Amino acid sequence: MITDPTTEATVPRTEPLPVVATPAEADRPRPFSKLPEDVLREVVVAATAGLALAMGLRTVLHWQGLMSTAVVWYLAAMGFLIVLVRSSRGGLAATDRVVTTMIWSVGAIACGILIWLLGFIVVNGIGKISWSFFVDDLGDTSALNKGGGMRHALIGTIEQVGIATVISVPISVMTAVYLNEVKGRLSPLIRFIVDAMSGLPSVVAGLLIYSVWILTLKQGFSGFACSLSLVVLMLPTVTRTSEEILRTVPGHYREAALALGASRWRTVSRVVLPTARAGLLTAVILGIARATGETAPALLTAFGSSTTNVNPFSEPQANLPLTVYQLIRSGNKTQLERAYAGAFVLILLVLVAFALARIISTRSERRLGKR
Amino acid sequence: MNHDQTSVMGRGALDVEVVDRQLTVPAATSSQFPAIGHGRQPANLNAVALSAWFGNRKVLERCSLDMKARHVTALIGPSGCGKSTFLRMLNRMHELVPGAKMAGRVELDGVDVYSGQIPATQARLRIGMVFQKPNPFPAMTISENVLAGLKLSGMSTPDREGLVELCLRRAGLWDEVKDRLDTGGQALSGGQQQRLCIARALAVQPQVLLMDEPCSALDPISTRVVEQTIRELCNDVTIVIVTHNMQQAARVSDNCAFFLVEVMGEPGRIVETAPTRKMFSDPDDPRTLDYVEGRFG
Repeated sequence: MITDPTTEATVPRTEPLPVVATPAEADRPRPFSKLPEDVLREVVVAATAGLALAMGLRTVLHWQGLMSTAVVWYLAAMGFLIVLVRSSRGGLAATDRVVTTMIWSVGAIACGILIWLLGFIVVNGIGKISWSFFVDDLGDTSALNKGGGMRHALIGTIEQVGIATVISVPISVMTAVYLNEVKGRLSPLIRFIVDAMSGLPSVVAGLLIYSVWILTLKQGFSGFACSLSLVVLMLPTVTRTSEEILRTVPGHYREAALALGASRWRTVSRVVLPTARAGLLTAVILGIARATGETAPALLTAFGSSTTNVNPFSEPQANLPLTVYQLIRSGNKTQLERAYAGAFVLILLVLVAFALARIISTRSERRLGKR
Repeated sequence: MNHDQTSVMGRGALDVEVVDRQLTVPAATSSQFPAIGHGRQPANLNAVALSAWFGNRKVLERCSLDMKARHVTALIGPSGCGKSTFLRMLNRMHELVPGAKMAGRVELDGVDVYSGQIPATQARLRIGMVFQKPNPFPAMTISENVLAGLKLSGMSTPDREGLVELCLRRAGLWDEVKDRLDTGGQALSGGQQQRLCIARALAVQPQVLLMDEPCSALDPISTRVVEQTIRELCNDVTIVIVTHNMQQAARVSDNCAFFLVEVMGEPGRIVETAPTRKMFSDPDDPRTLDYVEGRFG
């Protein structure tokens, strides 16, 4: 408070009024301040200017490609944004704005591609989906007939991926335990091999099983042969993800268990693995998601079939990606529709598996009051 | 919480109160305890000429200390003088650190725990430990946490509920959690979590309980409850506690050992061992007096 020194003696100093909440100010959560409008305006202006520049260059330099125009547009827009913000609010604000815009736009582009892809398959595939699509196979329908379904492929995928999961998950988790809990002398070597395996093209995994299991051991095409090749593909994914997950379990839980007289195995099985349960489930799901979509190994091992073969251990068997591939190759419109519907079912299957796993892990966490 | 303060014991330089909580926890008397488990008695723990290394760096040199049954022994001294390392050597946790080495003996009622006469897991089972940071297992409920030691060491009890209640009562936590034994231990406050860890350590009926700064992460009220718990437990289990809090050492312990790195870069040594009363009023070594009175660098 500024007072005039000449009147200070005569006028008593007035206390500032106490700040009192009016009854009108309800005790309700208050919205946080939103993005200022000019932020959006700057982005729009920069984007427009960038587009103008890109189109101008396109005309002047006679570009053909759309991609190059888009890239120039994006870079020019960012450049304009820097200039625009720097002139009004300085360099620091400009950097912040540009990085924020980039992160948002990259995220939006990634989501956009995914939604476009999913939308493409859903739009093309959903028309063919009906009850008979799940309970019929393609054994009795010719390429040009309507009708028929994906039962044979659905059964094949579930059986093959199921067997592959049952075989690969225990091996992978135990390997991860060896790498992170036992920390044995072979750890660096095993980690190197697992890393090398994760770069293995899936067709090579198929070829391996084809040459060993089918040609050398004369076992014939079967769903189980396909499972074996999927195991080769799932092992590195699940092992490395599980290892990273186990690494996030804090060491003091292990110490607490050991201090209670636990052996190393009991520490792992009763404390470390349960603590990492949700993460391990994600690791398994990632492996399943990868295996479910593999086409090349199935071509060399399960071979494919248009009739339902429930026994995965003998005779060729279909699965979803392989059937979709074979239908698309036929190039006929009815078959193409079936292929899209098959792709849709494939995505649905992975989604259901994912949702189930989430529900299971959330339920166990809710029991412990974490959610 | 209400406490009946029945006795006040003067302890030299610092007047401290020893709170008797027999009245507040009538169900948990020491005579009931062996009925459930194996009836282990508190043990004498003797450290003989313990030295410790991390890699080539020697951190502790020829430390000998007698930790008597039915007594609380406090290990005091400035940071980095090897108190925690000493404590971790007592139940063979030291060797879990890569590169750790040790020399000397730790005798549990005359049996050297490093001799191979008893396996390391058995030694740790009989010499329990409570850590600086509360660490209840996140994937277990409160009662599962209490029983975790039984499960982890392959023991069983005919009366799970009874053991859970007894251990939680003895840790001074029962009244606060009795209605939510089947919820996770992570939802408890820090002080409650630490008492849960004490209950967990007690459930396997150790003969010795090692506590590594058990109250350093707790507020004063939780600290008080834990200290009372320590005083109550000392008839049933030998307690060794590391603490940076002089008042706490004076309040809870019967004997003290003062650790010190005398010259920078040299390993820590035990400078003086004495009954707590003497330690805080009339120690032999002037450096001990400097430290306990807070005149130390």
